Amino acid sequence: MTEEKHHITPYKTYLAVLGILIVLTILSVAITQIDLSRWATGAALLLAGIKSTFVLLIFMHLRFDQKIFKVMVGLIIALLVVVIFITMLDFLFR
Amino acid sequence: MSNVHRDDFGSKLGMWLFILTELLLFGGLFITYAVYRYLHVDAFHLASQELDVPIGTINTIILLISSATIAMSITSIQQGRKKLTLWLIASTIILAVIFLVNKYFEWGAKFEHGLFPGSDYLDSLGYGDVLFFGLYFFMTGLHAFHIIIGIAVLGFMFYYVKIDRLKPDNFQLLENGALYWHLVDLIWIFLFPLFYLIA
Repeated sequence: MTEEKHHITPYKTYLAVLGILIVLTILSVAITQIDLSRWATGAALLLAGIKSTFVLLIFMHLRFDQKIFKVMVGLIIALLVVVIFITMLDFLFR
Repeated sequence: MSNVHRDDFGSKLGMWLFILTELLLFGGLFITYAVYRYLHVDAFHLASQELDVPIGTINTIILLISSATIAMSITSIQQGRKKLTLWLIASTIILAVIFLVNKYFEWGAKFEHGLFPGSDYLDSLGYGDVLFFGLYFFMTGLHAFHIIIGIAVLGFMFYYVKIDRLKPDNFQLLENGALYWHLVDLIWIFLFPLFYLIA
């Protein structure tokens, strides 16, 4: 496995992603300051989700790595979502 | 030394497994946060207004830039540009230190206002505030602890690149260090809106 070919990501890609991440950060601050009441938190979390997807795929190279890494990360995120969902069900219908 | 055994794939797999345990660790804390927030909506809402949104935003952007610089160091080492690689790692470390300095002033201001776990003032505010600030200090503290470890890790990477232990054809260790740094960034991406932006 030492002969794996490495994908070289251009600097431009990283800078473009950085730009997107900063814009999304400012956007999430703006949304919550304008106050869309209960939707603001959801929107901020959605933006955080989008931001983390960019970090995982580009910065952490998941997009260019072997499939196994994507599967592993996907399974852990799915596990977290399921546990959060079940915990919330427990609290809502206790 | 012509045929040293190396397993880049195994090395990366190990790093990812460690990162996944970290995600579960912080994931557990996020669940704790979600439950207590659900039980104390108003108190969390008000307590969150005590946090300094501009400092939080600046720190978020600092971490994002540091994440980009360490990602670019992987490109530069592959291109054999050693000097640029060293500069990029150094900038990442400097940005990390700036993040911690901001954190120091931020926490310091909270302490001055009597907002720290166990203070008489915080105890008088009620259960919701105690929980909010308990989680705030624990989660941002644990995150800051990861930043300190990250600075040490990146310091080693800087040294290894300098003495040519990490080279254009052998840089998996640097990639692992960068993955750790991105993890620190990833966690902050969720900490920031949950603590600063729910007011």
